[in-house]
Amino acid sequence: MASAVVNIATAALDWVAVAFDAPFAGAVVFGVHINGHLVAEVLLIAVILFQLTRKSYKPPKKPLTEKEIDDLCEEWVPEPLHPPITKEMKVEPPTIESAAGPHTIIEGKEVVNFASANYLGLIGNENIIDSCVASLEKYGVGSCSSRVFYGTTNDHIDCETRIAKFMSTPDSILYSYGISAIFSVIPAFCKKGDIIVADEGVHWGVQNGLHLSRSSVVYFKHNDMASLESTLEKLTNKQAEKVRRYIVVEALYQNSGQIAPLNSIVRLKEKYHFRVILEESHSFGVLGNTGRGLTEHYGIPIEKIDIITAGMGNALATDGGFCTGSARVVDHQRLNGSGYVFSASLPPYLANAAIAAVNYLEDNPSVLTVLRRNISLVWEGLSDVPGLIIASDPLSPIVILKLKNSTGSLKSDLELLNKIVERVLVEDSILIVSTKRSVLDKCRLPVGIRLFVSAGHNESDIKKVSESLRRVACENWPDIV
Amino acid sequence: MVRLPYSTALTTLFSYGLLFAFGQLRDLFRKIIDWFKSSSEDLKGYAPICLGLEDFYTRRLYLRIQDCFCRPIASAPDAWFDVVERYSEDSNKTLHRTSKTSKCLNLGSYNYLGFAAADEYCTPRVIESLKKYSPSTCSIRVDGGTTDLHTELEELVARFVGKPAAVTFGMGYATNSSIIPALIGKGGLIISDSLNHNSIVNGARGSGAAIRVFQHNNVAHLEKVLREQIAEGQPRTHRPWKKIIIIVEGIYSMEGELCPLAEVIAVCKKYKAYIYLDEAHSIGAVGKSGKGVCELLGVDPADVDIMMGTFTKSFGSCGGYIAASKEVVQYLKDTCPAHVYATSMSPPAVQQVISSLKVILGEDGSSRGSQKLAQIRENSNFFRCELKKMGFEVLGDNDSPIMPIMLYNPAKIPAFSRECLKQNVAVVMVAFPASPLLLARTRICISAAHSREDLLKGLEVISKVGDLVGIKYFPTEPPKHETKVYKVE
Repeated sequence: MASAVVNIATAALDWVAVAFDAPFAGAVVFGVHINGHLVAEVLLIAVILFQLTRKSYKPPKKPLTEKEIDDLCEEWVPEPLHPPITKEMKVEPPTIESAAGPHTIIEGKEVVNFASANYLGLIGNENIIDSCVASLEKYGVGSCSSRVFYGTTNDHIDCETRIAKFMSTPDSILYSYGISAIFSVIPAFCKKGDIIVADEGVHWGVQNGLHLSRSSVVYFKHNDMASLESTLEKLTNKQAEKVRRYIVVEALYQNSGQIAPLNSIVRLKEKYHFRVILEESHSFGVLGNTGRGLTEHYGIPIEKIDIITAGMGNALATDGGFCTGSARVVDHQRLNGSGYVFSASLPPYLANAAIAAVNYLEDNPSVLTVLRRNISLVWEGLSDVPGLIIASDPLSPIVILKLKNSTGSLKSDLELLNKIVERVLVEDSILIVSTKRSVLDKCRLPVGIRLFVSAGHNESDIKKVSESLRRVACENWPDIV
Repeated sequence: MVRLPYSTALTTLFSYGLLFAFGQLRDLFRKIIDWFKSSSEDLKGYAPICLGLEDFYTRRLYLRIQDCFCRPIASAPDAWFDVVERYSEDSNKTLHRTSKTSKCLNLGSYNYLGFAAADEYCTPRVIESLKKYSPSTCSIRVDGGTTDLHTELEELVARFVGKPAAVTFGMGYATNSSIIPALIGKGGLIISDSLNHNSIVNGARGSGAAIRVFQHNNVAHLEKVLREQIAEGQPRTHRPWKKIIIIVEGIYSMEGELCPLAEVIAVCKKYKAYIYLDEAHSIGAVGKSGKGVCELLGVDPADVDIMMGTFTKSFGSCGGYIAASKEVVQYLKDTCPAHVYATSMSPPAVQQVISSLKVILGEDGSSRGSQKLAQIRENSNFFRCELKKMGFEVLGDNDSPIMPIMLYNPAKIPAFSRECLKQNVAVVMVAFPASPLLLARTRICISAAHSREDLLKGLEVISKVGDLVGIKYFPTEPPKHETKVYKVE
């Protein structure tokens, strides 16, 4: 056996030697000696090239068969449409049985109402109601169409002109719902690639507009000008020609009652070349000597603010919203404001109520003095309530009371506040409310009790609410004197 | 389905190309003139607020035909109304109102049951509620904005639609935009019809869920998309979807077509998806007793998970509602931003809906409701039939009160509108961006307030103008009494 192997091996070696000594092995090609080892090298290169040309192994792609898709569909279990209903969700708000003025009726009893943003006391105003009646008899209730089709009445155009005249701007545009004004305006002017710097305490309408605009949004600390300046400083290196930059703030924040320092904002805007979008829902008709809003309050010419929006459901005691600014700004929205084009227009009687309310405000600026006096009386009465501290600005008609010491979680804070609010309603017949937050809201400001002060409240109403809150708070925190 | 003939498509593309070219030429001249004039100091360092291409359409195309849109009216949008005449001194860049009005036949307002003008039952009650509650509550629903009217309306709407509970909001657009984010979020899937309304698109985008689109009214494609998506799961991670919601509309406002609701519900039940039905144009307008597309197509309302509708069209008011099971409505009242942050619906508008619902249900003690419903059905079917006979390309299904007539060519839009207005018929033009660029149309909305004479006058004018403008794309049917009888000799 071994000798046979040896024989085969010797024969193979001899054959290799022959191949090496073959005639071509000693040849010279192009001045290169072809020795025997070159044959082996050429063979090796040939093998390598052969392997390189082979396709690499990929496991074959098998699409799912119909039966497999059927099985997956069978197995899939969706979540229920709504999460489990907690007992907080079952609480119903009180039902009002008359006009929501300073005094209203709940369950047959008369109640002092601090829950309506009726800042100028226009609910129940005879002139406004008469003009609405005339409008209802002429136009009916709804306008039955979008503004672009036949939903524009003379009243809408008159209302827009009146508001523009009041604010001293070239033109204004009317929206059919307060909250839809801001979430239509922001996506109309801000698109993907633009930069927006917004306050972290803005309300849901603004947050929704920012989300729909698909621009890059950077939030700065609530009402903190140092934080705003440092954010603007960080963003100025993007000096692209086509990038639009905006600062979005509210004049009077409904989540915290703070007033934005417009003079600093305008200074920063001019330094860093940003435009300003100002949401004035709660400051229109409230701030400034004649109620023209935050720009009058700070004495800033209105041309410096690029876009102003406001809802009319607060001081003007009607419904809907408007946006005002330069002619270019307003014209652009007539085709690009989604809440304007794709929605029915404001009912004509509400546009009439807005005109009547603006006329009243212009003819009676003294109502603002009454409102300011009421706010200061409320501050006096509530400044030493045990366990609660006033967290809003002294000029804000939304008075927000925070807990001095939080109980630890948002949920238990809200429970405690709701208990206080309920006791005040049941025992003293005064309607005040606690902050409501939706799950979708990104704002993280603390919760509190809110009072909406109106020019229609009298001194005894304010005294009642101060005494009632003080009494309930004392009973709740007996150890704090 | 729209059948666009090749020759029409070519001429339409050519027209748009020409308009685009002229628009760019004008923009070029504007740039040259502006280069000579120095721009103001204020705008140095700022990007222009409207970038060039964004409002190219507005400046160069829309402004030329601006007089066909936004026409102001001086009376209620009833069957006949007064359209204010306007004039322009700078070829349509700015329009000025005059004090003259012309009485025109209203074929454009959404006034399906005729509640737009003052009504003998509704208006006195609305005025009474205005005097009692004032035009607004100035408050959000969860604070002090819920009056007993709002509670009564919600019960009535739930009873009318056939669901256990309902919640109402002050604006139909805001209803869709804020309910969809409350129902579904990241990790969920929304499958919506390709021709859904802008409010649904905005609501879907605002929710953060993934969005897929299925071909308009094509249930086979919907099933295919559903199967693919459930099998694949979420993009990249392939985790299973948290939930799937399918959004369809009862009547599509730009096509006038009904959705095949029974088949869509069958598909949804098979694959355990939820269905959201937007009945903005169909509630109160179709169905034997006005209960909408469910009644018309014989579908049980309990099979539809969420039913949404608006009060603007058939009820002559404003606002929207959602009707669903008690738990879903309770959850929405707690979470939905339009309920928790927005001013509550104006009380006189609430009263208008309550009164008009009572008329429709017959609870006002008369049969006006059923008369109106029969009238609108008869009017719609008669008008559509006549238009088709004349050779127009009319979209939409039978029983639907919306009839779009196709125009296609951009030049025909102002031609049709101005000629009809000269003959005292007011129609509505739908161009880009509300419809695709090449598919411009005019949309007729029929009302129960139209009498047979009104409809005949409308037909006469539309036929004349249609001949003038050249939109009778189909051959006319010969009138029946003119068929010749050939005698065999």
